[in-house]
Amino acid sequence: MEPAPETEDEIEYVTVYISDQLFGLPITQVHNVFKPEAITRVPLSIPEVRGVLNLHGRIVTIIDIRQRLGLPKQKNGQDTMAVKVEYKGESYGLLIDRVGEVLRLCRHNMESNPANLAERWCSASSGVYQLEGGLLVVLEVDQLLDFSGQAHAA
Amino acid sequence: MDDLLSEFLTETGENLDIIDVELVRFEREPNNAELLTNIFRLVHTIKGTCGFLNLPKLETLAHAAETLMGKFRDGAEVTSEAVTLVLESIDRIKEIMAILEATEIEPEESDEALITRLKTMAGATTVAIEDADQTASVDADQAASASPASASPASVDPQPKPAKLERRISSQSIRVHVDTLENLMTMISELVLARNQLLEMVRQNDDSEFKTPLHNLSNITAELQEEVMKTRMQPVGNAWQKMPRVVRDLSHELGKKINLEMIGAEVELDRQVLELIKDPLTHMIRNSADHGLESTAERLAAGKPETGRIMLSARHEGGHIIIEISDDGKGLDTEKIKQKTLANKLVSQADLDKMSPQQIYKLIFTPGLSTADSVTNISGRGVGMDVVRTNIEQLGGSIDVRSRAGKGTTFIIKIPLTLVIISALIVESAGHYFAIPQLNVIELIRTRSKADYKIEKINQTPILRLRDRLLPLIYLDETLKLERTGNNNFADPDSAVSKSRFPDKEDIFIIVLQVGSTSFGVAVDRVYDTEEIVVKPMSSVLRDIELFSGNTILGDGSVIMIIDPNGIAQTITDEAVSSAYEETQKTEQPSHPAREQTAMLLFRAGGPELKAVPLSLITRLEEIDVNTIEPSGGRKLVQYRGRLMPLLSLHDDQQWRSEGNQPVLVFTERDRAMGLVVDEIVDIVEGVLNIEVRDDQAQGCLGSAVIDTQITEVIDVGYFLTKAFSDWFTGNASSAATGRGRRLLLVDDSAFFRNMLAPLLNAAGYDVTLAKSAREALAMKEDGVLFDVIISDIEMPEIDGFSFAESLKNDAAWGDVPLLALFSKGSQANIERSKQAGFIDCVAKFDRESLIEVLQETLHDAEEVA
Repeated sequence: MEPAPETEDEIEYVTVYISDQLFGLPITQVHNVFKPEAITRVPLSIPEVRGVLNLHGRIVTIIDIRQRLGLPKQKNGQDTMAVKVEYKGESYGLLIDRVGEVLRLCRHNMESNPANLAERWCSASSGVYQLEGGLLVVLEVDQLLDFSGQAHAA
Repeated sequence: MDDLLSEFLTETGENLDIIDVELVRFEREPNNAELLTNIFRLVHTIKGTCGFLNLPKLETLAHAAETLMGKFRDGAEVTSEAVTLVLESIDRIKEIMAILEATEIEPEESDEALITRLKTMAGATTVAIEDADQTASVDADQAASASPASASPASVDPQPKPAKLERRISSQSIRVHVDTLENLMTMISELVLARNQLLEMVRQNDDSEFKTPLHNLSNITAELQEEVMKTRMQPVGNAWQKMPRVVRDLSHELGKKINLEMIGAEVELDRQVLELIKDPLTHMIRNSADHGLESTAERLAAGKPETGRIMLSARHEGGHIIIEISDDGKGLDTEKIKQKTLANKLVSQADLDKMSPQQIYKLIFTPGLSTADSVTNISGRGVGMDVVRTNIEQLGGSIDVRSRAGKGTTFIIKIPLTLVIISALIVESAGHYFAIPQLNVIELIRTRSKADYKIEKINQTPILRLRDRLLPLIYLDETLKLERTGNNNFADPDSAVSKSRFPDKEDIFIIVLQVGSTSFGVAVDRVYDTEEIVVKPMSSVLRDIELFSGNTILGDGSVIMIIDPNGIAQTITDEAVSSAYEETQKTEQPSHPAREQTAMLLFRAGGPELKAVPLSLITRLEEIDVNTIEPSGGRKLVQYRGRLMPLLSLHDDQQWRSEGNQPVLVFTERDRAMGLVVDEIVDIVEGVLNIEVRDDQAQGCLGSAVIDTQITEVIDVGYFLTKAFSDWFTGNASSAATGRGRRLLLVDDSAFFRNMLAPLLNAAGYDVTLAKSAREALAMKEDGVLFDVIISDIEMPEIDGFSFAESLKNDAAWGDVPLLALFSKGSQANIERSKQAGFIDCVAKFDRESLIEVLQETLHDAEEVA
């Protein structure tokens, strides 16, 4: 089914669940969703990096979003998926619990992050949407993957 | 854009760059006719092409510049102003071309002023040229600017010849769009990966019919890959082309004398990376010239040579290209950096206090910092180092800085060579696999209690004793902080943490690596094959892990890290490097704390291999006129200072010179002299001498050593001395008897000295026993061996001479045995100290005569007392 083209006011988001929180990534930034296998750990790397893996001949860096956003660690045995994004010409896989629907939302409805939102989240998010089921936190890949400020602070 | 115009712009652009470089050289070598002709020809070509393409402004300008150059050709004096003017016009031509490229038409503004200046300068530099000539050239100018059409026949004529030449050269090369090459490269690396996968699959089946065709495929792939790689690589010199000009201009502007040295311009680099480093490099050179180098007055006051030196160098090192920019200026000012950092509130005082000078230098890369007191035109705010660093990091590279107050500063840029395919050793440690570049692997050792090596501990630090060398040893799992879980812990499966990694493990592998002049051992659990791997740069979030230089996908699809031997070397010698970085590029081997330095003479004799002999053994270096060499009784002799000196060659098939002078190393002792004939004397270097002795050592050779990163054969002088005079060491009959068969123990950790002194002592009549270390000697003592006299080196690792002597002071077995100390450098303090430790006397190692005498005396005294 061909998706109807977006109007200028609307953005399509791929929604994902991480630790029971709903997040959205602009569809233009998401390349695909895959199940990460055979992750090679990288010794001495920052905790946000779970490791690297080979996806169709490309080396993809796997990012632990929970670590990045300060969410509780995953329980053992929980299935994981990953969302593949590109940043500065490199491939990254963002670990998520499961994929939600693709939602088309109106830009106007996006609100700025609440003042009491944790710093880690604010730096990675450009705003929230109020949906019927709860809040959707919009993630910005650029900010999410900008570790320069964080590096070894954590 | 018109194809013709586009071609013109590209080619002329290149020519202008060449002219730049050549003009700067020409300024220094005004008598270089070849340079001048070259420059003239290039300018002339540009002028002609401009006329042909109907670009009057450019043509006029080029013509005026050509006229000035013509004056030089006619013998006029090459002044600095004249060259500056020509350079200025070259710059203006470039500007016009840039406008041409953008708008496809020449700019409106006229260059009258510049052209007039050029003409004036041309007129002024006339030496003995008639007015008629001048008017003729002026007329030609006017004709040229008035009617380009009529001028072109005149200027086209001389052109066809050079054009023909160039056409021949250009037909050997074609222009290809960069994207096309990019695609080719990507496809090639995919091909390599696919081939690796196939290899992996075929490896499983022993007798597969696919083996041979796959082998062929593999070879072809390798060749293809090599060829395509070549297309992307360009010499880094291309990025450096503008530098001589930049430095020359800076030199004038700043009123400082600056010399730019460029080393390694032929080192190749990916063309895109080349483009991107041009600006950062220029920026840093400007910085060095402006802020690094002191003014001429300051330099003289500091006792430095007037001319400041900036050195640009490049080299390959394990998958990276290393570019260094160093100056011999005043170095970085830590105080200033601290002040500015505090003033800009970038780091707290408390943190600053904890920092080492090395860390303070690194602060210059912080955004928002500027330590230049004044803003100058030349390098702006003086530091844009954060921008430079960002630029370099975007290429996947890194930048570091080293500095010494008053001596200078060096910036070190490291850029990965993307899409490089290298040979690597696959190893495993604690269940993790890694690749180690084959380039740096010297040796593989499997520990199973072989005699070749031993792992020892000095103060809890593991050291590998490999034959006669001591190397730092690191355990890979410790360095990488790898956890040993139940299934990969060898020592104790039940313990979650095992502090001592391989305590009971008999079977580990040690890989001996070498980086530059540093060698060390890396202990791993297991070593697998060597494989060809595609180096993929690390993701930017992982880039600052210095121990890895990249990662790769193996044949089985898994991703593994590539170890950077340099990174490991850094962890071992971090402190040592920053303090040893000083004057030269050679760093001492940090693993020999107690070794003395020996000055060695390097030479060649009978072959291209380097040979060496300790400088202090040589009495004199001579050049002997071959006509004075007389053959006699099968030998060659020469009159030397009142006596007949035999001349020996190292090899039987060594060629002696038939005319002119023959270099000879002269050895003398008392009234005897011997000359060793060599082909050429190469150098004198000082370093730690580690001689490796092979089982099949040829006569006349003590062994081989690595001197100044080259493998050198150390010759046994004693052998040749006795060849010349069989009784060299024994001298007259009486001294042969001095030994009288007394038992002598010689303790010295250096194989070289043991080998040098042993024959001497034997010849003097002593019954000589050798010990490599104090420990070995003490073991002999425990075994009940007795000696009449003991001679010991002082500078030895582990137990030094003093400790050895002290331990024998009240010893039951050896307490009364006279002890003699051997020094390589004597000093009053040492003599005092050795007496205190229990030595009777001291002798310099190279003073063989006094050694025998002192021995004699000591034993005489000892026996008298007894």
